[in-house]
Amino acid sequence: MTGRDGRIVVVGASLAGLRAAETLRDEGFTGSLTVVGEERHEPYDRPPLSKQVLLGRVPPDHVALPARRPVDADWRLGVRATGLDLEKRLVRLSDGADLPFDRLLVATGVRARPWPDEAQAALDGVVGVRTLEDARGLLERLEAGPRRVLVIGAGFTGSEMASVCRERGLDVVVAERGGAPLIGALGGVLAEVAADIQRAHGVDLRCGVTVTALEGDGRGRLARARLSDGAALEVDVAVVALGAVRNTEWLAGSGLAAGPRGVACDAGCHAFDLNGVVTDDVFVAGDVARFPHPVYEYQLLALEHWGNAVAQAEVAAHNMVSPGVRKRPHLSLPAFWSSQFGVNIKSLGVPSFADEVAVVQGSVEERRFVAVYGYQGRVTAAVAFDQAMWLDFYGRLIEAAAPFPPGFDTVGRPGKPEVLPADVPDPAVLSHGPTVAVTGHLPDERRVTLLRPPG
Amino acid sequence: MRLMVDLNRCQGYGQCVFLAPEVFSLHGEEALLYDAAPDEGQIERVRRAAAACPVQAILVEEGPRAGLDTEADRDRA
Repeated sequence: MTGRDGRIVVVGASLAGLRAAETLRDEGFTGSLTVVGEERHEPYDRPPLSKQVLLGRVPPDHVALPARRPVDADWRLGVRATGLDLEKRLVRLSDGADLPFDRLLVATGVRARPWPDEAQAALDGVVGVRTLEDARGLLERLEAGPRRVLVIGAGFTGSEMASVCRERGLDVVVAERGGAPLIGALGGVLAEVAADIQRAHGVDLRCGVTVTALEGDGRGRLARARLSDGAALEVDVAVVALGAVRNTEWLAGSGLAAGPRGVACDAGCHAFDLNGVVTDDVFVAGDVARFPHPVYEYQLLALEHWGNAVAQAEVAAHNMVSPGVRKRPHLSLPAFWSSQFGVNIKSLGVPSFADEVAVVQGSVEERRFVAVYGYQGRVTAAVAFDQAMWLDFYGRLIEAAAPFPPGFDTVGRPGKPEVLPADVPDPAVLSHGPTVAVTGHLPDERRVTLLRPPG
Repeated sequence: MRLMVDLNRCQGYGQCVFLAPEVFSLHGEEALLYDAAPDEGQIERVRRAAAACPVQAILVEEGPRAGLDTEADRDRA
């Protein structure tokens, strides 16, 4: 068996699985390729669901992902992987079949964290927003004109749902345990801006509270929600937006380093076994992966980002068919976007990897600005509100470990920016480590170099 | 036809919105919304939009596949 033949199994048929399958064929893999997907649909794009689809501008079935090239693969859709036997090199499937492989890609992603009380979650009107089915069900409910919608959780999905409701003219309450919307991703300074935007658009935003119970009307329909501050709200729909759970249960007992935080792998997407030893033939990509990023002191990142799923799948697929010297590291900077309340929010780097933040361009009052995040004197992230054009510039500063605060004056904001504490809640204990710069432009050239030895 | 915009790459130039207004629209100043499975009659406009995108963020797959045609859906039915 050479790198270009044999049997490859990809478990996961969403964005990462599809792009990996395409890349394998692009790179000359001619062996047998099987793609397993739990959802019975062709690979589809999730970000539009909480935006144009639920706004009613685009039908829910208009979200299939376009192919970059034809993929000659056996698509096993509507089938779940239930186990992995590394000794026999088999993936066990929910339909009873065993799939033999020479190399395996784990791309099983995440699912929505369900409402913790099963009986309450089963009430008619309690919905999630992750899958195509979720979106179809929620669209129907929003179009029926509910009197009031409760959104539980003010992360990106919850905030986008609140935006959709207000644009549809619906009353919406957002309940968030943290101090402000998006605070986990953006820190306290920008989270306050997000809170102002929500309130200005008529969202009944309640932070520092939890939803303690969802109650039915006695006939199985959701009627009200109780909050930890004693409030009782009459609601017709409750959107559960409590984040995600990684789909790793099927790997329990397999010997891989898989758990609630994902499947650990190296920067070349090779999975670690339980002992932290890198495996040769099992690879990981997308939301389910935890990988070390040199720019963030080699901490293991787990990213639920569209762009990471694509970039990591491409690196994993390349490395699956390449000999050692030709393997590539996955060094892309984390990046994401969200559109809510008519504002385009884009992020590069890891804003929670910061001790300080400064608005360096534009105006917070006008809600058009760029904020730069710093950690121990170097730039680690940038977030733009309606200033997308500038982000690439800051991406280069992040990759070069440029000094923070930036020493230059910027257009429209002369003088030194005000540097504020980043106010990242529950900060990870950040270890001291080497600072590196990412170099090279072509995928094959991208490497890191040590800037300043530690100590 | 199927299409997709890499919104990490998109910088909100809006060229696609001028060239194929029934497929692409701006929501606010620069957030792009689009129909990933537009009517086939839009193909020429979509081609022009993809070609004109200053950051080349639009991927178009031409051909009969459009919405989720879900062979597995049919298998199950």
